[in-house]
Amino acid sequence: MSRDLIFTSEDVAEIVAILDKTPYARLEVRTRRFVLRVIRSGDGWTQEIESIGDSAATESLAPSSAVVAEEAGRSAVRAPLPGTFYRAPQPGARPFVEVGDRVQPDTVIGIIETMKLMTAMPAHCSGIIDEIIVQDATLVEVDAVLMRVKLE
Amino acid sequence: MMKRLFIANRGEIALRILQTANRLGLVTILGVSEADRGSLPAQIADEMVVIGPATSAESYLSVERVVAAAKAARADAVHPGYGFLSENATFAESVTAAGIIFVGPDVSSLDSMGDKLMARKVGVAAGLPVVPGGESADKAAARAQAEITGYPLLLKAVSGGGGRGMKRVDRAAALDGQVDMAMAEAQAAFGDSRIYVERYISKGRHIEVQILGDGETTLHLGTRDCSIQRRFQKLVEEAPAFGIPEQKHNALRNAAVRLAQFLHYRGAGTVEFLVDSETFDFYFIEMNARIQVEHPVTEAVTDLDLIEQQLLIADGQKVSLTQERVEFSGHAIEARINAEDWEQGFRPSPGRVRAARWPAGPGIRVDTHIENGGVISPFYDSLIGKLIVSGRDRAEAVARLGSALATLEIEGIATTAGLQRRIVEDPRFIHGDVDTRFFEGLGRG
Repeated sequence: MSRDLIFTSEDVAEIVAILDKTPYARLEVRTRRFVLRVIRSGDGWTQEIESIGDSAATESLAPSSAVVAEEAGRSAVRAPLPGTFYRAPQPGARPFVEVGDRVQPDTVIGIIETMKLMTAMPAHCSGIIDEIIVQDATLVEVDAVLMRVKLE
Repeated sequence: MMKRLFIANRGEIALRILQTANRLGLVTILGVSEADRGSLPAQIADEMVVIGPATSAESYLSVERVVAAAKAARADAVHPGYGFLSENATFAESVTAAGIIFVGPDVSSLDSMGDKLMARKVGVAAGLPVVPGGESADKAAARAQAEITGYPLLLKAVSGGGGRGMKRVDRAAALDGQVDMAMAEAQAAFGDSRIYVERYISKGRHIEVQILGDGETTLHLGTRDCSIQRRFQKLVEEAPAFGIPEQKHNALRNAAVRLAQFLHYRGAGTVEFLVDSETFDFYFIEMNARIQVEHPVTEAVTDLDLIEQQLLIADGQKVSLTQERVEFSGHAIEARINAEDWEQGFRPSPGRVRAARWPAGPGIRVDTHIENGGVISPFYDSLIGKLIVSGRDRAEAVARLGSALATLEIEGIATTAGLQRRIVEDPRFIHGDVDTRFFEGLGRG
């Protein structure tokens, strides 16, 4: 089995020890699948690793970021973080808000779960929930429009 | 002989285990969630198996799915890393029942250390000093216990870990409300609402001892200081623990060995203590029956590979070292780099890393799974890498940490690198004047 490992810290330290005695500022080492770059930075050195070709992590973070145009009289409630959007405090519970509900700037309209942390999401405006765009337990990108509020 | 190793974890620790397993000539199989298919560890592993969707509960935390995947992959051993299922006795039992080696201690040790209250009892039985306190089934019991221990005190979840579910209470008036909150959080996070009360040691240091055992022989690989924490989450770890009178330092290491011997402990483990930073009296807190995030600082000062030791012991070999042959040299410091915007209340900062330029050079080690273009998923914890520096002594290691942090550059997401720079410049850190309240006194702005 042919292996293409990434470099260990000892490997990189050895490369730097050699480079440090030369005038070179940058070295690139290519293996079949990776490129290691060792670059002079001030008095020290940095290292970076990159995959070659399409094996890099190319998948998108989340699928449901619908960009919807702003309309007069309606305000969009957007996700402040990427993560999982929940409409209710726990599974099976009543959603925080439904279409037709009146909200204040500090009314909680949902929760975003990111990296094991739950962040409550306020409406940030006053009005009536006009449209719910993202459903419960959906993965959203940052700035995804979650709901629309008819301003009052 | 172990030949096919299944790695039941992700992130930097998955890569760390892969590197040693490769060096030992094992075939590696990585179980990944859908979100981690393109990760660096997934590219490095000899084989990759998708165990479930991105949500941990249906992938990395699913005993059923992980065991099924290991079986299907014809693995003869499973390394659980840290977190996830690493200390789950049911998981260890299921792996063993499937005829696969669990790279970790015996189920009896996992049971003994599984909840903090049980760990306290076992610690007392092994003759270790523990922090005054006890279980509190309800508010009345908590009040009675608080009368005995005094304020400030800590409320802890019996099934808690990693600092989650802990609350500090400074006044009797705040006790009832905090008990409610602690029990609710413990129930939500661990499915077990039991809590207990412990005296809060105000000038305390978190010091731990690395243990290695094969069921008969037990050795220690020295101490680590992990006092610099935020909300009980470690930020900086060092080896060895510094500035402790030799007699107390010895007593600490011996106590840890005594506990491991009491348990006939097999594998790598960590015995955690709270040490009074003025009297150096120490109290046993808990034992972590797994590899720890901060194990590299111990590797740096002992020149041992702890993952290799775990694999050898799991494979039935005896510890070939003796305590006398463990040599300690120099000082090492690890700084955790998390994907969090520390200037915005430590808000999580998942996303795509455009470029990750880590420091490089002699005395510098970087354990990370993040390459240029890598994705920090919103599904998992925020650790993106660990910067480990070593020097002949603490002063040299501190200076090296400072210069290494100056070159570190992560583009595309917010990280705690700036916080680490602030720590390394703090005079208290430079002079080794640290305790668990270090973070509260850190200059802001």
